[in-house]
Amino acid sequence: MYTEKVMEHFKNPRNVGEIPDADGVGTVGNPVCGDLMTIYIKVKDNRLVDIKFKTFGCGSAIATSSMITELAKGKTLEEGLKITRANVADELGGLPAIKMHCSNLAADALHAAIKIIIRSMEKGEMSKNEATVCPL
Amino acid sequence: MESRVIEAMLPYMKSSYGNPSSLHVFGQEAKRAVEEARAKVAGLINAEKKESIIFTSGATESNNLAIKGVVNRNKDRGNRVLTSSVEHMSVVNPCKFLTTKGFEVVFVPVDKYGFLNLESLQKELTDKTVLVSIVYANGEIGTIEPIKEISKIVHAKNAYLHVDATAACGQIPVDVKNEGIDLLTISSNDMYGPRGLGALYIKEGVRFEPLLHGGGQERGLRSGTENVAAIVGFGEAAEIAKKEMQTESARLTRLRDMFIDGLLKPIPYSFLNGHPTTRLPDNVSVRYSFIEGESMLLSLDMMGVYASSGSACTAKTLEPSHVLLAIGLKHEEAHGSLMFTLGRNNTEEDVDYAASLMPDIVKRLRGMSPLTPKELKT
Repeated sequence: MYTEKVMEHFKNPRNVGEIPDADGVGTVGNPVCGDLMTIYIKVKDNRLVDIKFKTFGCGSAIATSSMITELAKGKTLEEGLKITRANVADELGGLPAIKMHCSNLAADALHAAIKIIIRSMEKGEMSKNEATVCPL
Repeated sequence: MESRVIEAMLPYMKSSYGNPSSLHVFGQEAKRAVEEARAKVAGLINAEKKESIIFTSGATESNNLAIKGVVNRNKDRGNRVLTSSVEHMSVVNPCKFLTTKGFEVVFVPVDKYGFLNLESLQKELTDKTVLVSIVYANGEIGTIEPIKEISKIVHAKNAYLHVDATAACGQIPVDVKNEGIDLLTISSNDMYGPRGLGALYIKEGVRFEPLLHGGGQERGLRSGTENVAAIVGFGEAAEIAKKEMQTESARLTRLRDMFIDGLLKPIPYSFLNGHPTTRLPDNVSVRYSFIEGESMLLSLDMMGVYASSGSACTAKTLEPSHVLLAIGLKHEEAHGSLMFTLGRNNTEEDVDYAASLMPDIVKRLRGMSPLTPKELKT
């Protein structure tokens, strides 16, 4: 059902955890639906210098969370916003069709976290912020 | 499949390939084999005679045949069907289908263990009720229903009682005469027989009509050339199950209870689904808070332990198990469920090993979960 890459990220997920002094936090999903993920980001000179995740969900929810932290680390905020759900799935060698929507939310969580930072920069401040986005 | 079953089937695939409807020697040999198997299946459920057993393609067909065969033939008596909220989809979906054909269907609720609410059953049983369909023992949470009591209530209103004994037959004693069952679904592959075969017991005198019309096999109630080898295998499986039931169910019950202890005791926020004692000997259904079932299955699978879950993430529908919701679990609780089925080949070492894996798996997944409370994060 899952590719080797998905299983590898499920077994050894990268960047699990929280960033206590994160600049942006994005949460998507809902435990009622079976998937909930939170992405924490730390930004310096417009770059994502640190990124961590916490996820409740199935194998693909965990693997996509792990993958997005790898894809986004070191990127600029603008580049981070361009990472799509499809990019994440492709990098994992594909996901089962039924998992494409429900368990492929990591890109949304990253975008939510980045948008908070962009909004606060526009207001001339950069402080810890949290956003919750309900998917679908 | 059980090797003794395969051995019994082989001659009917290799050398004796007659059609039971043929009058020649091979045909009659096949017919004899089918009738012997029928007697063995009848013996397993204490049917009054072997002719009450109709072979089908499996439990799904048996459930469809029982429900539609009764309601279509008894439209003159009424149009109301009662079932429970914890049935298998092969009962749920035929019942839902009937609602599009002018029938009234009521899904009677269960309590937190999965036992049918007998007061609700009584209340919903009207003079227009023709059929009540209840599972003997639940395949997901193992709960064994009080069939004899249900039968008394149903028959007091002159309705028919169909019982889906797919998960129960072969594991625990099922006695259609003593328990007052009018129709009973039996599955071959749930008792180590071949897949693609099942049976429906239909008590003599039940007003009934077939779904499949054709050459008139199975007393005209299920046309189609008999799958002789599979029927012989089913008969063998039924005979073995009956002979070994007492010792095997005692052995499995002990293993089951050891396993449940091993899965729950070392881990906080872990719970049993279903009833602790009135449950199938082979069923172990538990749940862990703050984590999701599929990720537990994958973790176990990597270590050679094969389980299943009622989580939406393992279902084609993306909905958690209706059985777990019916016993009152919240969606997020149902997502954290894990089910094991013990078998004839499982040993004490197997359940010890599987249970020993869980603390690390749960700890790892809880460590990743944003739902885990702070007190568990050590």
